[in-house]
Amino acid sequence: MTPAHGREPIPPGADVSRPDAALVVDHLTKRFGQRAAYEDVSFEVGYGEVFGFLGPNGAGKTTMVRTLGTLLAPTSGSAVVAGIPLDLEAGSHIRARISIMPESPGLYLRLTVAENLECFAGLYELTDIRERIAKGLQAVNLTDRANDLCGSLSKGLRQRVALARALLNDPAVLFLDEPTSGLDPVATRDVHELIAALRDQGVTIFLTTHRLEEAERLCHRVAILNTTLLLIGRPDELRERLFTRGLDVRTRVPLADPGAVFDRLADVQGWDQSASGSYVLQVTDPDATAPRVARALVAVDADILSLVETRHSLEDVYLELVEDDVEAQRR
Amino acid sequence: MSFSWTRVEAIFRKELRDYRRNRFVIFTMSALPLLFIVLTMIQLFAINTGSSAKLNDRIGISMLYLLIIPTMVPSALTAYSVVGEREQGTLEAVLITPVRSEEFLVGKALAAFTPTVLIAYALFGLFLGAAELFAHPGVLSAIFERSHVLVQLLFTPLLAGWSIWMGIAISARSTDVRAAQQLAVFASLPPLGVVALLSFDVIPASVALALGLAAALLVLDGFGWRAVAAIFDRERLITGSRD
Ligand SMILES: Nc1ncnc2c1ncn2[C@@H]1O[C@H](COP(=O)(O)OP(=O)(O)OP(=O)(O)O)[C@@H](O)[C@H]1O
Ligand SMILES: [Mg+2]
Repeated sequence: MTPAHGREPIPPGADVSRPDAALVVDHLTKRFGQRAAYEDVSFEVGYGEVFGFLGPNGAGKTTMVRTLGTLLAPTSGSAVVAGIPLDLEAGSHIRARISIMPESPGLYLRLTVAENLECFAGLYELTDIRERIAKGLQAVNLTDRANDLCGSLSKGLRQRVALARALLNDPAVLFLDEPTSGLDPVATRDVHELIAALRDQGVTIFLTTHRLEEAERLCHRVAILNTTLLLIGRPDELRERLFTRGLDVRTRVPLADPGAVFDRLADVQGWDQSASGSYVLQVTDPDATAPRVARALVAVDADILSLVETRHSLEDVYLELVEDDVEAQRR
Repeated sequence: MSFSWTRVEAIFRKELRDYRRNRFVIFTMSALPLLFIVLTMIQLFAINTGSSAKLNDRIGISMLYLLIIPTMVPSALTAYSVVGEREQGTLEAVLITPVRSEEFLVGKALAAFTPTVLIAYALFGLFLGAAELFAHPGVLSAIFERSHVLVQLLFTPLLAGWSIWMGIAISARSTDVRAAQQLAVFASLPPLGVVALLSFDVIPASVALALGLAAALLVLDGFGWRAVAAIFDRERLITGSRD
């Protein structure tokens, strides 16, 4: 299994039965009555890839996971999950090859951790149950809690049991639906470390989240969804695609005539005053332009406080997209 | 993927474990049988020779009390089975495994059926033992003379079957555990009514009639199973009301 970084989005009409894709989603739509939970969504996830599925509340993330997990039938479109075309007849086969960690852990609270896992190992018809349970518990560092009742565990620990349960059947695709929602920073970090470890082992992961830093840290590629798919790509790629590169300039005193300084520089394509004494310059090559900007500022006796390349986080990308989208929907 | 008894067993074992640690279930499984065995015994010991008609009435009542156990106990258990799992959030976790609806339902049904029938037969054994040891000598022979034993043996599993499918069907369509439990108890009663007519000799009890009614109930149980399997709608169970 090789991690598939930065795959190209599939062109329309591509062969959707490609054996090297863990997930192929093709023009998939799910409606509840008149309301679309998600609409005309297409993407592909390669084996070994950690794919982030981002979107605000109500974007359709959970509905997508449930559809691909054969719990809900799509209204239209098609998909291939772990090599099997999605339809209700194939449900049991698909579910045997994948696993899902739902938004709420859904553990039997009157059963112990080991008993919960034993039940699910039976549902997956696993033969080496003891070893699998031991392995799962080890993966989430819960070996010493095997005989505790699930009802006595904290939220973070329950989430880890749910993750161990999702690992029992060595899934070809592991769906994690907001695995860190409601966890404190320490428990969140633990879950992140577990996911990173799985990623490094080459496990294919479909991760829904609305935590940007989570996606940025863990995912090879992300898709941003808000009912429709807005954008898909590597986090750094998205930044570049969405924002022109720039330089942030701050001077101690606002420039008397900023136009006179910046307009004269050939490689500054445009500029904007973001606050008093703060300027954002649009440039193609910040490294080459920055020294020239510095010299021009010194020439007019400006005191430079800082001169740095503009950094856009995935959060900027996300907010830009989702806010634009909300406005587009209002229109 | 064909029907898997391994998955049925996984559900079955999980249910029994859960029962053992569930106070409500323990209470239902012990208090109800206890109550009705006491009532039955009171009837039994109140019998003294008297007229043979009186004797038969009392035995009929005793027998009926015993049959309330396989009617009511499983409906309390199964009414919880689907809506309860939905409320506690475990249903989705189970339905995303390869388990088929039929396997899930059979596992749930067997988990309610097995302890119910074991308890009911044990109590009937206890009843016969008590009749043999302590009751008026006429009682035991009167029990064996008529179709009482046959009715007990046949109708215990059949009534349980009816209650189980009714309970699961109601549970699969309910959004509230309490409402499901009340409804399930009512729904479990009609076949018991027919048995009551038999026990009180309103319908003259004969072996042939008992067998006929049992066969009819068996057919109904079969329909019950089909209906439940048809009613069990994964999509509805996942998306309905809880979202
Ligand atoms: N059973 C249902 N009936 C009607 N509408 C539904 C149902 N389930 C979901 N929806 C709608 O579909 C849309 C997508 O919901 P979904 O739960 O998939 O969003 P999400 O991205 O997972 O949100 P969150 O971040 O809050 O978990 C929402 O508008 C929701 O109201
Ligand atoms: Mg969700």
